[in-house]
Amino acid sequence: MSTRTDKIDALAEQTARSDSAGVSVAAAAWRRLRRNPVFLFGAAIVVAFVVLALLSPWLAQHDPTERMLGDQVSRARDQIPPPQEGHPLGGDQVGRDLLSRLLIGSQQTLMVGVLATLIGFTCGLVLGTLAGAIGGWVDTVVMRAVDVMLSIPGLLLAVSIGALFASPTQFTVILAVAMVQVPIFARLLRGSMLAQRHSDHVLAARALGVKQRAIVFRHMLPNSLGPVIVQSTLVLAISIIDAAALSFLGLGNPDDRIPEWGAMLGQAQSDIDSHPHLAYWPAACIIVVALGFTLMGESLREALDPKSRR
Amino acid sequence: MLRYTIRRLLQLLIVVGVLSLLLFAWLRSLPGGPVSALLGERATPETRAQLTEELGLNDPIFVQYLKFVGRALSGDFGVSTGVQPGDPAIEVFLQRLPATLELSILAIIIAIAIGIPLGYVAARRRGGVLDNMSVISSLIGVAVPIFFLAFLLKQVLAVDLGWFPTAGRQEGGIDATRVTGFFVLDGILTQEWDAAWDAFVHLILPAIALATIPFSVVFRITRASVLDVVDEDYVRTAESKGLTTPVIRRRHVLRNAMLPVVTTIGLQTGALLAGAVLTETVFAFPGIGQALAIGFTRRDYPVLLLLILCSAGVFVLINLLVDLSYALIDPRIRTRGGGH
Amino acid sequence: MALLEVRDLSVVFKRKGEEPFAAVDGVSFDVEPGQTVGLVGESGCGKSVTSLAIMGLLAKRGVEVSGSAKFDGTELLTLSNRQMRDRRGQELSMVFQDPLSSLNPVISIGLQVTEVLERHRGLSRKEASVQAAELLDKVGIPDPKRRLTEYPHQLSGGMRQRALIAIALACRPRLLIADEPTTALDVTIQAQILALLAELVKDTETALIMITHDLGVVAGLCDEVNVLYGGRVVERAGRHDLFRVPRHPYTHGLLASIPRLDAPRGERLSPIRGSVADNIPWTTGCAFAPRCPNAIDTCVEVTPAMEADPVVAGERLLRCHNPVEPADRVEQEILT
Repeated sequence: MSTRTDKIDALAEQTARSDSAGVSVAAAAWRRLRRNPVFLFGAAIVVAFVVLALLSPWLAQHDPTERMLGDQVSRARDQIPPPQEGHPLGGDQVGRDLLSRLLIGSQQTLMVGVLATLIGFTCGLVLGTLAGAIGGWVDTVVMRAVDVMLSIPGLLLAVSIGALFASPTQFTVILAVAMVQVPIFARLLRGSMLAQRHSDHVLAARALGVKQRAIVFRHMLPNSLGPVIVQSTLVLAISIIDAAALSFLGLGNPDDRIPEWGAMLGQAQSDIDSHPHLAYWPAACIIVVALGFTLMGESLREALDPKSRR
Repeated sequence: MLRYTIRRLLQLLIVVGVLSLLLFAWLRSLPGGPVSALLGERATPETRAQLTEELGLNDPIFVQYLKFVGRALSGDFGVSTGVQPGDPAIEVFLQRLPATLELSILAIIIAIAIGIPLGYVAARRRGGVLDNMSVISSLIGVAVPIFFLAFLLKQVLAVDLGWFPTAGRQEGGIDATRVTGFFVLDGILTQEWDAAWDAFVHLILPAIALATIPFSVVFRITRASVLDVVDEDYVRTAESKGLTTPVIRRRHVLRNAMLPVVTTIGLQTGALLAGAVLTETVFAFPGIGQALAIGFTRRDYPVLLLLILCSAGVFVLINLLVDLSYALIDPRIRTRGGGH
Repeated sequence: MALLEVRDLSVVFKRKGEEPFAAVDGVSFDVEPGQTVGLVGESGCGKSVTSLAIMGLLAKRGVEVSGSAKFDGTELLTLSNRQMRDRRGQELSMVFQDPLSSLNPVISIGLQVTEVLERHRGLSRKEASVQAAELLDKVGIPDPKRRLTEYPHQLSGGMRQRALIAIALACRPRLLIADEPTTALDVTIQAQILALLAELVKDTETALIMITHDLGVVAGLCDEVNVLYGGRVVERAGRHDLFRVPRHPYTHGLLASIPRLDAPRGERLSPIRGSVADNIPWTTGCAFAPRCPNAIDTCVEVTPAMEADPVVAGERLLRCHNPVEPADRVEQEILT
């Protein structure tokens, strides 16, 4: 006929196409995140932190374990090395280069956060999946155990577990901090699994005769991941802060050769009245990094929340 | 409702029971254990063996546990070895409880009094300057290690500016009459106003430090909850009735928005003790938190056991109260099961 | 003078980072006192937004309302918030689609009825609850005194909608807007609620704007019907005329897509292709053109105007270049 009707057909075809093109939740969330300045800011901090941790061996000018300025330390006169040529931040309590310790410290700090989150997540995943997928008495037992763990305020639980070890190491600190997160992850996963057990797509899969294990791993778990990822980013921040608190209470890793920000902050407390800057630097680092993870986690939460999608 | 309450109280007993067993086992497995704690690491094997026998530590663990429960039920939790050496653990607890309660109550009041109104206003002006500022500051509040914040407050406001006392519950020079153990309350009861004021001033900085996390959480939950509720259909219905703004705000928005906030407040109140361990240590504030911190470093097991058990009991009890008050504001829970 | 005169009403949503979107694009219609007028169309055609704009219930930010909506001679769109509040619930009120979410879950049915009486009638709580019980009785809720103390979750869906109708009619408004009042209900309950609405508006001489996508609802209730498409009225007619001789291809399509029991076996339903989501604006040609079986070249070039039907007699208006011929259509008697 004419070009006009062609135009209509083209429009109609476009219509049909946009009908079938479903946009997945993740894609939609990502589209919102990409424009969210809060998320971008948080993500920038996190990326910078990870890059710093990876590159720190090359960035640090000095060996963080060597007491190269030890001769300037005087316990009696309460003196530590001031900022000087080659050591812009000066030295610490025993004369090690503070800047190098801060730089290298990012590695251990990142490790504390990541390992604690991984351990907490893995244990929580096992418990939560057992409880949510099997139900019945397994659910009851697991959830009572979780209730007992949750009845002790987070840090107190970490401290209690930390105290179990006669000689704390970096790993026992991580373990103590991670255990606090286990019941939280377990609850989160169980709740999300329970909600899904009765959802239409799981019922449909069950009606089609899909095996229980396949339903759990292919349908229920992937759909629970959103809140878990959100929680993980927040837990990363909390773990780093909690590790610092353990150190502050004297239950941290006593071996201070390899620097970690939390431990540095905790150990700075003994000299904090005379040399507060020894606390300020690691504290500032922790705050910025924790803020980065928190901003990222909160904006992720908002983006994944179906209610905020309007 | 009554049956629900009884069932929840039973649950509380079970949690505390299980926890006491766990804590008991935990205590036995701690490095050194009670013998080393009492005698020190350098005691001879003979004296160690003797004390082990005397303390009944050679009995099977569940026998030891039952004996412990028996003593505990009569109020005997053993003697403090580190926090206040020689004092019965229960006395350490009772002496310090009012201090921490005073501090916690003030902290939670600060968190609620600022968090809820700010959360409401931020939600109503979503995306505005106030909203963004308060959201960011609440996130910073979570990111700052609480003991560092406490230190900063102390350093700037108490040490440098001298506006507040740096440590303790009351100035040593004040001769205050003790009635309840709550210093502020005591001052008011005995009309020793300067004592009450001094005790209150000592509370302010630690309470602010302690309030940061509950404030951030209460603020953000209120904000999110109000944002959810104002978009609800029933708020539109209320608008379509031509109701006045105060009625809509109070009866339709806030009443519904408060449901999740109440839970949050309960959880945060229960969790305050964790923050108190750090805050009280920084301000040398003689409460439960400080006792816990000292207890851990000096391995004062009887005191630790009692304090952790009590804090868990309080936490569970608060949650029970929260759930009950929830039923008061949410008829969907109140009338469940008893429906028509 | 009509009770409600809507002229050239437009509602444009302006979101940050998105193209402005005209949900309602120059809608005009009248409602006479005591008359029942239907606004019909698929979801997204702008019918609900029209009603919210008249009620002043649209968000203030990001929404631009223009045109005019005169209620009893008073321009509603320029009233202050306060003046509008005085009228809402009193002069004009509204019943919403989902009765469960439209009732506040944490306060009693009683308070939700009495608060509107207290607000507009200045009654005391006691007087108001006596009236509230009468109202519940009138809308067919049994044991009204006990129901007043109950909460929304304790009522069935039909009872909740009855309660919402009682609330809307509490102050004897002159105009009631019912936005898909039966969509969320069971089929058996739908008929009851419609019968109740019809009876109440007749008894109280309330004018009713019935917003629906369901032509069955229109057939049973409305005196006059406005068919909306893409934010504009495309056809207006009395209900008998509309059902007997639908002229706009969209109206025709809506009617043809209703399954009929008396259709010959094996005859296929004829759905309208595409969906309203593929909205194209009215700026170039007819918005319905991409989905229209009758589209001709003019349809994509010239935007059709709302004009008196050139072929069929009667008071009816049409926005179409190439309407369905009256003869094209077999007589349909779904009315009776």
